[in-house]
Amino acid sequence: MNASPEPSESGPIRMSLSSRFENIEMAQHLCGKLLDGRNVPDETRHWILMAVREALANAIKHGNDRKLDKRVQLEMDVTDGWLEIRIRDEGAGFDPERVDDPLAPENRLKTSGRGIFYMKTFMDDVRFTRAEGGGTELVLRKNLADRSEKEERKA
Amino acid sequence: MKTNVREVQGVAILDLKGKITIGAGDVQLRETVNSIAEGGKKSILINMHDVTTIDSSGIGELVGCYTSVTNKGGKLKLLHLPPKINDVLTVTQLITVFDVYENEAEAVASFK
Repeated sequence: MNASPEPSESGPIRMSLSSRFENIEMAQHLCGKLLDGRNVPDETRHWILMAVREALANAIKHGNDRKLDKRVQLEMDVTDGWLEIRIRDEGAGFDPERVDDPLAPENRLKTSGRGIFYMKTFMDDVRFTRAEGGGTELVLRKNLADRSEKEERKA
Repeated sequence: MKTNVREVQGVAILDLKGKITIGAGDVQLRETVNSIAEGGKKSILINMHDVTTIDSSGIGELVGCYTSVTNKGGKLKLLHLPPKINDVLTVTQLITVFDVYENEAEAVASFK
């Protein structure tokens, strides 16, 4: 599997992943474990795991260009009701402001360019920064407590 | 992802099963639809009932298939969209691009 998970019951989870798409599911599985027992509604859980998928796919494909000698660092933790996921690649970096809006009519039928949009839709906070030492660091955050309360109110 | 192609009243129905995600089904979807179109079929219905997961790459391939078939004068429609995939298409405003059906007979009839 070529990854080094260090999970614990309460987190944090830290992993160093090779740039293989197969590792996405393992990371999703461990993120799911981190959410277990935290009263996260199934719906919220599903979209968080999709955001994790999109973020890692981006790091592997666009960040590391699928080069197996480049790695993706992943950290996941829950603190004070907030899930925080940090993903760092070893790529050349990019300007998130220059990513096309997938909802613009001229972009709607493009075959790519929706991953960041999905992350922003399903998470509460999505930030890209240039990582120290190169690459891009992406931080995804989700307020689990607030979301659970909203779902409970709906029910 | 597993695929099965059958024909009902001149409509090629592509049954998909499993994941349409990056590196696991996305390219396969494109190749299967291209193969159907190259075989001369202009009416293609993709049955999504047993698709368990889709990501932005899978959505991109679905859009690519739609554009490719449409540009060749054909029609590509969707059948049995699972709720989560419906949501994913809705937030990117793609749900209005595709003709989506819940009933196979109605979907097949719509191509006439």
